[in-house]
Amino acid sequence: MPGKLKVKICAGRHLPVMDRASDLTDAFVEVKFSNTTFKTEVYPKSLNPQWNSEWFKFEVDDEDLQDEPLQITVLDHDTYSANDAIGKVYIDIDPLLCSEAATVICGWFPIYDTIHGIRGEINVSVKVDLFNDLNRFRQSSCGVKFFCSTSIPKCYKAVVVHGFVEELVVNEDPEYQWIDRIRTPRASNEARQRLISLMSGELQRKIGLKVLEMGGNAVVGYLQCFDLEGESGLVVRAIGTACTLDKISNTSAAQLPACNSPSKEIKEAPFSEDPNPNTHSSGPSTPLKNQTYSFSPSKSYSRQSSSSDTDLSLTPKTAKSPKGPRISLCPSSPTLSSDFPTLINPFQLHLGSGTTHSLTPPHSGHASPLVLRKSVSFSEDLLLAASGMGSGGSAGKDGGHLKTLLRQQTQSALEQREFPFFTLTSFPLGFLIHAGGVVSARSVKLLDRIHNPDEPETRDAWWEEIRQEIKSHAKALGCHAVVGYSESTSICEEVCILSASGTAAVLNPKFLQDGCLDCYSENRLSRQPTFFSTGSEKGEFDFFLQSKDSSSMLGLEDTSPPSCGFCHIPYDELNMPFPAHLTYCCNCRRQKVPDVLFTTIDLPIEAAVTGKGCLIQARLCRLKKKAQGEANATAISNLLPFMEYELHTQLMNKLKLRGMNALFGLRIQISVGENMLVGLASATGVYLTALPAPGGIQIAGKTPSDIAYEQHISNIQKKINDTISRNKELYEIHPLEISEEVIGSPIPEPRQRSRLLRSHSESSDEVSELDLSHGKKDAFVLEIDDADAVEDILSLLTDAPLPTGFYSCNTENMPGIHNWTSSIQMFTTVRVFRLNNVNVTNQGLNKCFNDLCENLLKSLYFKLRSMIPCCICHLNFTVAVPEDELIQVAATAVAMTFDKDQSQEILKSNTAPMKAISENEEQLQFPMELSSDSPSVQTFPPSKGTGLLENASPQTIQGTSRAPSLDKASPLAEGHLRLRSTPSCTDSTVTVVKMTPLSFIPGAKIIKYLGIINMFFIRETTSLREEGGVSGFLHTFIAEVFAMVRAHVAALGGNAVISYIMKECVFMENSNKNQAQCLINVSGDAVILIRESEQEGVPIQTHGSTNQTPQSGGAPVS
Amino acid sequence: MSVELDVFVGNTTIMDEEVYQLWLDGYTVNDAVSIRMKSGILEQFGTTEDVLESDTMDHYRTFQMTERLLHHPSKLVNQVLFQIPPHRQAMLIERYYAFDEAFVREVLGKKLSKGTKKDLDDVSAKTGITLKSCRRQFDNFKRVFKVVEEMKGPLVENVQCNFLLSDKLARDYAAIVFFANSRFETGKKKLQYLTFEDFAFCACQLIQNWTVGAVDNMVEDMDVDLDKEFLQDLKDLKILITDKDMLDQHKSLVCTGLRGKIQVFNEMEGNFKNLSRGLINIAAKLTNTKDVRDFFIDLVEKVIEPCKADRWLISDVRAFLTQYTNSARALDGFKHQAVWERYMCVIKSCILKMYHD
Repeated sequence: MPGKLKVKICAGRHLPVMDRASDLTDAFVEVKFSNTTFKTEVYPKSLNPQWNSEWFKFEVDDEDLQDEPLQITVLDHDTYSANDAIGKVYIDIDPLLCSEAATVICGWFPIYDTIHGIRGEINVSVKVDLFNDLNRFRQSSCGVKFFCSTSIPKCYKAVVVHGFVEELVVNEDPEYQWIDRIRTPRASNEARQRLISLMSGELQRKIGLKVLEMGGNAVVGYLQCFDLEGESGLVVRAIGTACTLDKISNTSAAQLPACNSPSKEIKEAPFSEDPNPNTHSSGPSTPLKNQTYSFSPSKSYSRQSSSSDTDLSLTPKTAKSPKGPRISLCPSSPTLSSDFPTLINPFQLHLGSGTTHSLTPPHSGHASPLVLRKSVSFSEDLLLAASGMGSGGSAGKDGGHLKTLLRQQTQSALEQREFPFFTLTSFPLGFLIHAGGVVSARSVKLLDRIHNPDEPETRDAWWEEIRQEIKSHAKALGCHAVVGYSESTSICEEVCILSASGTAAVLNPKFLQDGCLDCYSENRLSRQPTFFSTGSEKGEFDFFLQSKDSSSMLGLEDTSPPSCGFCHIPYDELNMPFPAHLTYCCNCRRQKVPDVLFTTIDLPIEAAVTGKGCLIQARLCRLKKKAQGEANATAISNLLPFMEYELHTQLMNKLKLRGMNALFGLRIQISVGENMLVGLASATGVYLTALPAPGGIQIAGKTPSDIAYEQHISNIQKKINDTISRNKELYEIHPLEISEEVIGSPIPEPRQRSRLLRSHSESSDEVSELDLSHGKKDAFVLEIDDADAVEDILSLLTDAPLPTGFYSCNTENMPGIHNWTSSIQMFTTVRVFRLNNVNVTNQGLNKCFNDLCENLLKSLYFKLRSMIPCCICHLNFTVAVPEDELIQVAATAVAMTFDKDQSQEILKSNTAPMKAISENEEQLQFPMELSSDSPSVQTFPPSKGTGLLENASPQTIQGTSRAPSLDKASPLAEGHLRLRSTPSCTDSTVTVVKMTPLSFIPGAKIIKYLGIINMFFIRETTSLREEGGVSGFLHTFIAEVFAMVRAHVAALGGNAVISYIMKECVFMENSNKNQAQCLINVSGDAVILIRESEQEGVPIQTHGSTNQTPQSGGAPVS
Repeated sequence: MSVELDVFVGNTTIMDEEVYQLWLDGYTVNDAVSIRMKSGILEQFGTTEDVLESDTMDHYRTFQMTERLLHHPSKLVNQVLFQIPPHRQAMLIERYYAFDEAFVREVLGKKLSKGTKKDLDDVSAKTGITLKSCRRQFDNFKRVFKVVEEMKGPLVENVQCNFLLSDKLARDYAAIVFFANSRFETGKKKLQYLTFEDFAFCACQLIQNWTVGAVDNMVEDMDVDLDKEFLQDLKDLKILITDKDMLDQHKSLVCTGLRGKIQVFNEMEGNFKNLSRGLINIAAKLTNTKDVRDFFIDLVEKVIEPCKADRWLISDVRAFLTQYTNSARALDGFKHQAVWERYMCVIKSCILKMYHD
C-alpha cells in the first residue's frame, strides 16, 4: 500500500438548474478511485453549493495510482427517482507522483458532461502521500517524468540520452460492445473516456518501467496516440525518448534526489541480464569498408528488382507488378531515402496475421506463388538488412549468408528490440553530428479483431516491422540513428496505414553514455559499427570515410564548425546510397554536402541560415476505387508510392521556387478514405548557408515543334523565374558570398542526367561521375507532357504569396526570426469540405484540396492580421477523410509577433547563430550563465497592445513570482498559495493560462514543469441544429477543451501549457438525425512561467488587486 | 466543393470590435459581410469574400456563445470557457449594454412589459434600428430593472456592481430604471425636443434629492421610489400661492432682486404669478401617481413654454429661479424652508437642463 490519495470537495459554482420547479439544484458529489467511492452530503437548493467535505482518503497501490484517474461525479439528488448526473471531472493524478512536479492539485474544474458540455465548476483539492517502494519487482514507475516537448526541457540538462521507448496497449472499444446497444450515449461515452484514461495511465506506467530499466528518469518527446480501430478495438500506443535529466537549478550537482532512488537501485539489474551484444559488436576494427557490404538499398536489391526499379520511375503502371520494387525509389533527392515497403505489404500483412493462405494479388493472379516466395524472402531480407548492417558485417547479397545472419539475429533478439531512435527534434549542442536525410516507411494492414488484449502481439509486430525498416534505411544512409522520429496511423474501416518517419543521423556518443556509469548505452553504442568506436586518434573527416581504418569521430565536433557540421554527408561519397549531387560545404569548404537536405527535425539552433524560412506544403489527392478487405489494402499499397513520390516532387519544386535548399520538420501524412487517399506534406523551407545555392526550375515541353506551344512554355518559364526572384526578395535570401552559379543564369542547360523523373534510376556507376561537378549547377527540370496540365502544374506550384508582415513555419524555431515579443495567440482551426460529385478526376480533386488548404491559410492570415508583424509557428495541418467526399483539415498553431527592425539587424550582423549557441549551451551545461545570458541578448519590447493578444497579464506575474521558492524544502508548491488562499471564494478570478504548441513562450522563462496533460474528451449532441449546426457544436467543444486544459493546468499551479497539440479530432455527424459526435485528444506540458524581465523576488502582494472585489461582484476593469 | 464546417478557436478569444458592433446592431452575417466589404477591408488585406465570411461567422458564433454570459456580466468575469483579457471583457459588457439614443427615447418611461416588447417592431420601423438590436436593448433594460428593482443601496452602485458597467453607463441605466419605475411620460410631442441626456440628468437629480435614499440609504427601493413623506410635505408649499400677501411679497422680493439683472424683467414681472402658480401646483400634485408621470410635461407647459414664448435667455431663467428660491426664505410666515430647498434645487436644475431648443 504505498500510497494514500486524499481528496477534498470544497464547493461548486455556476451549476445548472436541475429542478425546474424551484430553479435550483440539490447537488452532491461522488468521488471514485479504483473501486472505492465516497459521497458528500447533499447541499440543498443551491447553484453554488459549499460542501467543504472532509478529506476522503484512498489507500491504494502505486500501480493503481498511475493507471487510474480520479473520477468525480456531481449529481442532483432526487428523493423519488434516480439521481441525475450533472457531469464529471476526471483528474489525472500522475503529476503528484513525481516529487519534482506538482505537490497538490487544487482548483476549479469544469464539470463536464458528454452530452451537455461544461456545466458549472467544482473546487477540488487532491494530495498524495507516497511511500517509497524499494521492491524491485514492482510494476509501478512513479517518479519518472514525462515531457511532451521534443527538446530537452528548459530547466533540465540531459546527462544521458538513453534512447527509444515504446509501448502499446489494446482493448475493446466500448462503443462497439454489445452492451452499447442498450445503454445511453452518455454511458457509452463515459465508458470510453474512462477506458482511455485508464489505458493512458497504464501505458505511461509501462513506459516508465522501461525507462527505469534503462537507468533513466524521464521521457522526453513523449507522444501518445489512439487508434480507434472500430470493431477490432482500441489501441493506445506511445513512443518517447528515455533520458536521465538533471535539474539545472541544482548547482550543488547533487545527484538526483530521493525520488529517483528506486531507479538507481534497479539500474544494475537489467544490465546484468542484458544479453551481451559483444558477439557481433566487432569493435572499432570491424571493417566497415568491407566491400561486400553495401549501404545502398537500391544496390542490394537491384538484383531482384532493378528493372522494375527503373520502370517505376518512368512508367508508373509497371509498379503494379507483383515484383514490386522494394526500396528503390529515392527520388532525385540525395537526402530522402524514401521507400515503399507498402508495395509488398499485402504480403506482409498475411505474414503478420500468421495465416497461411496466400493472398491473390489483384493484377496478376498467376504470379501468386512468386509473390508468396518473395514475401518470405522479403521478411528475411528485412531482418537481414537490419541485423546485418547492425553488426557491420557483410549483408547478404545472396541467400547464402542468410542462415548465419538469422542466427545472429535471433541471438540478439532482445537487442533487436532496441531501436536507435529519438523522438527529439532539437538537441543539445554537439549532439547531432550529421543529418543524413529523411527515412520513412509505410505499411498497409488489414485490421482484425484483437483476440487477447493482454498480448497485443499483432500490433507490436506491425510496428516492429516498420521500425526495422526505418532502421535499415538509416543504415543505408550511413547513419546509426534516427532522430525526429514519429509514428502515425490512418484508419478507414478495416484498412490501416501505419507510417513512421524520421531523420537518419549520426550522433555524438558523448551524450548517449555517461562515462562508465551507464554501460547500457555503451553497449548499444559499441554495437554501432565504427562510427562510435571510441577510438584514439583524431581522424580527419575528409579521410574518414575512405580510410579503411575506422577512425574515431571524436575530433569531429572540433573540426567541423557547428553551423554546418550537421549538413555534411554521413555516407560514403564513393558508395552513395543513391545518386546525389555533392559539393564542398559552402561554409567550411572542407567537407561534402548534398545540394538539398530534407529532415524531420527542427532547424538546429546553431545552424547558419541565410534569410528567413517559410512553410512549404505539398498537397495531393488520389481517387481510389471502393473495395473491401484485401483488395482494398492492395489498391492502397499500390497507390502509396506514387503519392509519396509526387508529394516529394511537389516539395522539391516548391522549395526550388522559393530559392531554398533545405527542409526541416518534414511531415508527410497520407490519409485513407473509402474512395480516395489524401496526402499532405508540410515542412519549413530554409536556405542553409552551408549548402550550395539551388538551381532554378526548367520547364520542358514534350512537343517542341509547335511554336505557339513553345511560346506558352517560355511564358511559364518566365513566370517561374519571376516567382523565384520575388521569393528570394521576400525571404531575404541573399547569400553572403554569392557564388558564380547564382549570378549566372539560374537556369542552365537542362541535362538529361538530372531529369527529375529519372535521376534515381541512375546506376551507382554513374554516381562517381557527378562527383565534384559543382561547376555545372543543374536546374531542376519539370517536364510538361500535357498542354492542359500546364496551368494545373503552375497553380499547384505557385501558392498564393504571403501577405506582407506574415511568415509561417511548421517548426519550433522560425529560421531568421529571433526577437519575439511576448504576445502570442494559440489557436485551433478545423475545416471540413464536401467535394461534390463534379470533381471526379484526380486533377479536379487535387485542385479542390489545394484550394482548401490555401483558403485555410488565407483565413488564418486574415484573422491574425492585427498581430502583424508576426509568424505563425508550428503550423501543421492534419488531414482526414471522415466520410465519402469529405475532407477534414485541422491545425493547431501559434502566432507570435516579433520586432521587425531588430530582426533585420540581427540578421545582417549575423549574430544570430552565435546567440543561439550561447543560449543552447546555457540550457545544457552551464547553469551559472542563466541570469546573464538571454535577457541581455533579447529585449522584449512591450506588446503591441492589440486586444486579442495574450498580453502578459497581472495574473501571470502573480502566479509565477515564486521562483525562489523552487526549493523542495517548501512543502507547498509555488503558485499554489494563490489558488489555495481563496479556494472557496466563488468570486476568485480565473487564472490566465497561456498555451502554445512550441516548447517555449517568448519573453518568459519556464521555472518548473508540473507534469504532462493528456486529455481525451467525447462530446455528443442530439440537438445539432439548436447548438448552431456542426460549426457551432465543434466551436463550443474546442473552446470547452481549451477551458478544461487551462483549468487542469491552473489546478496544478501552472500558468502555461507548452508543446500543446491536438492529436486527434474525430468528427462525425448525421444531420438528418440532428446528431453529431466528436472526439478530441490533446496533450502538452503544464509549466510555471515567469516573465524574463521580471526580478525573481517579486513579492506576492499583487494578489488582492488583481482579484475582483468579491462583495461588489467586481468593479468594471478599466 | 462546399464548406461543411469551419471553425477557428483561439486560446485567447479573438474578438473584432467592428464585427461585434455589427452583431450588436443586429445585422445578419450576410449583411455584416457586405458592410465590411464596403469598408475596403478586402483590398487592404488582399483577401477574398469567403475568407471574410468565414471570419464573420466565427465571430458571430463566438458572440452568440458569449451572449448568455453577457446577461450576467459577473459570470463573464468568472467563466472558464473563454479566455478574455479584462479590458476586453469590459469592452464586451460596455458595448453590449450600450443603447441607441433613438431607441431609448422611444422606450423611456414605458412599462418594461411584454406588451411594450411586442411593439418593438414599430419602434424598429420608426427608428431604423434592427428589431434584433431593439430586442437586445429592451431586454437589457428589463434585465437591469429586474435585478436592481428591489435591491438595497444606491441605484447607480447596484447597477454598476451587478452589471460591471462604466460610471456613465451605470448612471444612464439608473435613469432608465427610475423612469420605468415611475413611468414618467417622455413620449409626448411637446417633450420630443428633449434628449435622453436631459432626462438622465433630471433623473439623477430626482434620485439624489427626492427619493427615500436621499434621507436614508439603507432602505429597499431607496432610489427607485420618491419619498412619499416629502411629496406629502410639498402640499404645504401651496401657501406660497394661496396666501395673497405672501405671493405679493414673494413677487416684490424677486423683482427687487432681479431689477436690471435680466433682459426680460417686464415679462417676468407680468408673468410672475402664473409661473409661481405653475411651479407650486406641480409640487402640490406630486402625491398623485398620475401627476408624477406628467412631471416633465408640466414643467414644459407651465414654466418652459411661457418663458420661451417671452424669449427668456437661459441666464434669465437661471437668475429668476435662483432669486425665486432664495426670496422665499425671507418671507415672513413661510415655515417650510427645508422642503422648499429640496424641491426647488431639483426643479431649478431640471428646468435649466431642459431649457433649450
